[in-house]
Amino acid sequence: MIYFIWFLILLTVVFALLSVHLKDLLAAVILMGASSLVVSMLFLLLQAPDVAMSEASIGAALTMAIYIIVVKKTERREK
Amino acid sequence: MIRSIFYSLFLGLIIAAVLMFLVAFPFGQNKMGVGQYYLDNTVKETGASNVVTAVTLEYRGFDTLGEMTVLFAAATGVSLIFYLSDEEKKKKKRENNRTKANFVVRVGSRIIFPFVILFGIYIILHGHLTPGGGFQGGAVIASGVLMLYLANPDIQIGRNKLLVTEGLAGLTYVLIGLAGLFTPAKSFLANFLPLGTPGFILSAGILLPLYIAVGVKVGSEFSGIIDDLFSTIDENGGEE
Repeated sequence: MIYFIWFLILLTVVFALLSVHLKDLLAAVILMGASSLVVSMLFLLLQAPDVAMSEASIGAALTMAIYIIVVKKTERREK
Repeated sequence: MIRSIFYSLFLGLIIAAVLMFLVAFPFGQNKMGVGQYYLDNTVKETGASNVVTAVTLEYRGFDTLGEMTVLFAAATGVSLIFYLSDEEKKKKKRENNRTKANFVVRVGSRIIFPFVILFGIYIILHGHLTPGGGFQGGAVIASGVLMLYLANPDIQIGRNKLLVTEGLAGLTYVLIGLAGLFTPAKSFLANFLPLGTPGFILSAGILLPLYIAVGVKVGSEFSGIIDDLFSTIDENGGEE
């Protein structure tokens, strides 16, 4: 169990770093959402289901949607 | 040179102060007894099986009202910039002519939508029994609306109805709080309804109506924000 939690923490960091460094902004936004999803799984494993639900619906769905709209309205690739 | 020495000394001083401050706290111990108090007395005092709900609405109900005000301000800000009437939005969407999604995606989203809404309502109604509550359920409902908007470019929900719903839900919260002033407890947001048996849906007094109000308000607010933002997308924007 503890190794699974460590794996999830590592995954969060990897997704966050990738979303900062990728030049394709749409992929970066999707990775950010994936990072939120992993964080919500972590919340669930660490006995905080209320926070996990908020994180999954706000962080992984609504925030990502707003970022996708912004990417759609500006440019997809970072120069 | 002198300046950089001064800066690094100053930085070192701050770091040392923070470290000393942190070392003074024992790691991993309970600093406050209030958490244990909640765990021991919540079911007895409020009748809610979910301690988190009891804390957010019963012990800290006024803070939740403040949070709703913050959310209301945010939604109003988005509306101020992006508001269009429903007819204008429909016209704009026709002009923008977003690419239609695949048939499976369109029909599938319409089939799943009622179930997502039902799940949101379930989370709201069971806020005082199981994890979740008004905020989470409202966000689930809004993500259902988001799915509908993503899959169907020409869909349009009634924005004005959403605004009325949102206002009425906020008013309900304040009115339930004010009703507490006329009960023997004589305080804002006092729990004046019977507490009932913990574990049943009709328990925990005013927590259920309060969470329904919060859920409706959060759901309609987020849906309104999504509606406002989606009407601004056009196919010609950006680099394409």
